[in-house]
This record gives sequence, C-alpha cells and structure tokens, in this order.
Amino acid sequence: MNKTIIYNFLRFFLLVLIQVVLLKNIIIYNLNIPFLYILFIFLLPFKTPKWLLFLLSFLIGLLVDVFSNTLGLHAAACTVIAFLRILYISVTVQNDSLETETTPHLSTMGFRWFFFYALLLTFAHHFCLYMFEVFDITAAFNLFSKALLTTGFTLFLIFVTELLFYKRAR
Amino acid sequence: MNNLWRFINKYSALFLFIIFFIFSLVLIIRNNDFQRVSTLNTSNEWVGKFYTQVNNVSKYIQLDAVNKQLVAENTLLRNQLKASHFDDSVVVNTINDTINRVQYQYIGAEVINKSVNARNNYITINRGSKHGIKKGMGVICPTGVVGIVWNVSPDFASIQSVLHEDTKITSSIEGTPYFGPLLWDGENPETATLADIPNQINLKKGTKISTSGLSVTFPKGIAVGKVLKAGVKGGGSFLNISVQLATNFYALQYVYVIKNIFANEQQNLESLNKKSTDE
Repeated sequence: MNKTIIYNFLRFFLLVLIQVVLLKNIIIYNLNIPFLYILFIFLLPFKTPKWLLFLLSFLIGLLVDVFSNTLGLHAAACTVIAFLRILYISVTVQNDSLETETTPHLSTMGFRWFFFYALLLTFAHHFCLYMFEVFDITAAFNLFSKALLTTGFTLFLIFVTELLFYKRAR
Repeated sequence: MNNLWRFINKYSALFLFIIFFIFSLVLIIRNNDFQRVSTLNTSNEWVGKFYTQVNNVSKYIQLDAVNKQLVAENTLLRNQLKASHFDDSVVVNTINDTINRVQYQYIGAEVINKSVNARNNYITINRGSKHGIKKGMGVICPTGVVGIVWNVSPDFASIQSVLHEDTKITSSIEGTPYFGPLLWDGENPETATLADIPNQINLKKGTKISTSGLSVTFPKGIAVGKVLKAGVKGGGSFLNISVQLATNFYALQYVYVIKNIFANEQQNLESLNKKSTDE
C-alpha cells in the first residue's frame, strides 16, 4: 500500500515538472501543446476513494494552472475527467473482481480497454479546456477539430510513456 | 435523515463533481477580472524563482538569435551616435535644453517564462516593483511592441502580451493620420487585426504600422507590424486590416519596460475633463 502511495506521489510531481518545463515549449504547427500530466489521473488505483480522486485531480490541474497563468482552467477540465473516469470504470469494470491496489495500466487492462479509456478522457479534457478558455459556444466546432488533433498528440505521448515504463509491470 | 444520507452516499461522485467544478469555475471567472489582485500565477515569487532556474539553462539555446538581435540594435544605435556623423556645423553657443525634457525611461528585463499558443498569452520578466515597474506600463522589444504589464511582485512582473483578447494597443498607419486598436483573434501568433480604419484610404501591402502615441502607455513610432492584406472590408464603413506583427514572440528573450514620467499628469488632466462633463 505504501509503495502505491509513494509511486503516485512521485508521478504527480514528475508529470507536473515535465509539463511546465518541457512540454509547454513543444508546439506543432499552431496547434497546441500536449498535456501529458493527465496521465496521473488515468493511473490512480481503481479503489481510490472518490473524494481523494477529485481532490488530486483538482490539485494537479490547479498546479499546472499556476504555472501557465490560467487559474481554474486546467482544474475544471481535470474535475470533468475525474467524473468521466468514475463513470467509465463503473460501466466497464466489475468492481468486486479487483484487488485494492490494481492500477489501470495498459499492460494490466489490455490495449482495447486502455485505448478507449485514454481516448475518451483525453479528448474530454482537451475539449473542456479549450471551451473554458474561449467561453463561447459558437466556437465549439472549430475547437472540436483542434481538440481532436491535440488529443492524437497527447495520446501518442501517453502510449509511449506506458510502453516505456510499465511494460513489465505485470 | 437516514434516507437523505443514503441518497448523498449513492450519488457521491456527482455531488463531489459539482462541488469541485463550481469551485474551479469561480476561479476562472475571478481570474478573468483585470482589476483583481491575485498571486496565483507566474508573477508569484516561488513560481518566478522556479522559472528563473529553468531559464538559466534554456537561454543558452537561444543565445545565437539573441546576439544577432542585439548586434542589429547596437548597429542602429551606433548609427545615431553623434560621433558617427561628420560634424560640419559651427557651434555658435550652447543651449541649455529646457524644451526636450525626458519623457520616457526604459527598464531592461529578461523574459523568464512565456506562452504563445494559448488564447490569452502572458510573459513573465525578472524585474518587478523593486525596479520601478507598475501595472499598466508598456513593454517593447528590439523589434516591436510586446504588451502591457499586468501583475507585479517585488522581483517579477507578468505581462499581458499583444496575443491576448483584452490587449488593445492604439496603432496608426505610418504616413496617414488614421489610428485604431490592434486586436488579436487567437488564431496565428504572427498576425493581428487593426480595426476602425476608415475605408476611403488606399493601403499597400507592406505599409508600416506603429504605435500612435495617443495613450500614455507607448511613445509614438514604435513598430507594430506591416500591412499583410489591405482592403478587407469588415461590413460597415471601416477596414479590418490584417497585420504581420513585427515581434517574434517565439524568440522573445529581452524586453524593455517603458516608464512614462508624464503619465500621471496626463491621466489626471484627462480625468478632470470627464468630471467636468459629468457635472
């Protein structure tokens, strides 16, 4: 149990550090920067208490906000995906078949499950982020395509990270 | 009571979501208020120190481009030196210059953090209220305008860059008396729109656009950009001119903050006008 807490603690700071130092400088054609830090929310253990899940998602969003002058934007988008994560897991995973420390990794859950999980949450995060940033419903279609393209970029980074570091986690 | 508790417990995810979501929406809305004073952004001391460290490493990558920019500016300044002109005038008497009083002072600063691709972009510099920087001062770089000071801490200041929906820098077309606000639509960090120019004038591509000197923020004649597309009519009797910005926000490393010594005097006088019309 302690090992899980330490791993998640380190992952929290490492991902925020990578986001605010490295990834904020990566821009591909006028699109947007990828947001790898949401991987932290994806990889919290299944049995994380709901209040803790929301609190951690909110905090990691807020921390990224402070470093990018967008107070509340990332926090709101992260809260949305924390909620979607609960919905998605409650629909697709049998709750009682899990051990307390199981984590939704690519290697433990299989490619198809993890792909749709990551796709849904990443797209929701990006779309919400852009919507709150512009605050204009008429721009939705334009932002939809922008969010879709950036989602591809973020997903690529998420899968690279997963394959590099968690291949033998089983 | 028991039923209520069971109800809240069953839908706890939804309730938690609503609580946290509303809290973040409040943060977003309060952050959009220009007058608000908050330090939860990059003008915060801790965040500023962190980005200073990061910048100490990353600025080496840009040294080449920055050097070229500085050399270009030095050449320009050297050409304006008295020593570089051949002096063929005969000095008759010396004049104590009481007409040309200094109006603008420049404070040099280094960029330690910036964003370019968000809808609203900010730049953080390593000079703050200790060095005389105040909210609302103009900021330029060797090639053109950069933005307006937004928040200030003792050692750092964050700048609302030209690439921000609330930044409206009054600019005029060189060679004409017309001026209008420069707006950014959030699409391309290299172009912006100059609005409110009457459509009877004929513009050529490449005509220079510079600051008008009509506000207290910027002196007259600082480069803003060049006309990219002229003659695009925005519905009514005004042109919307697409402008190629003079500043390259990607390569921004050193900036100057402009202190207008007469700013208070001008603003006080102008607010007197407002009062007397209200009465």
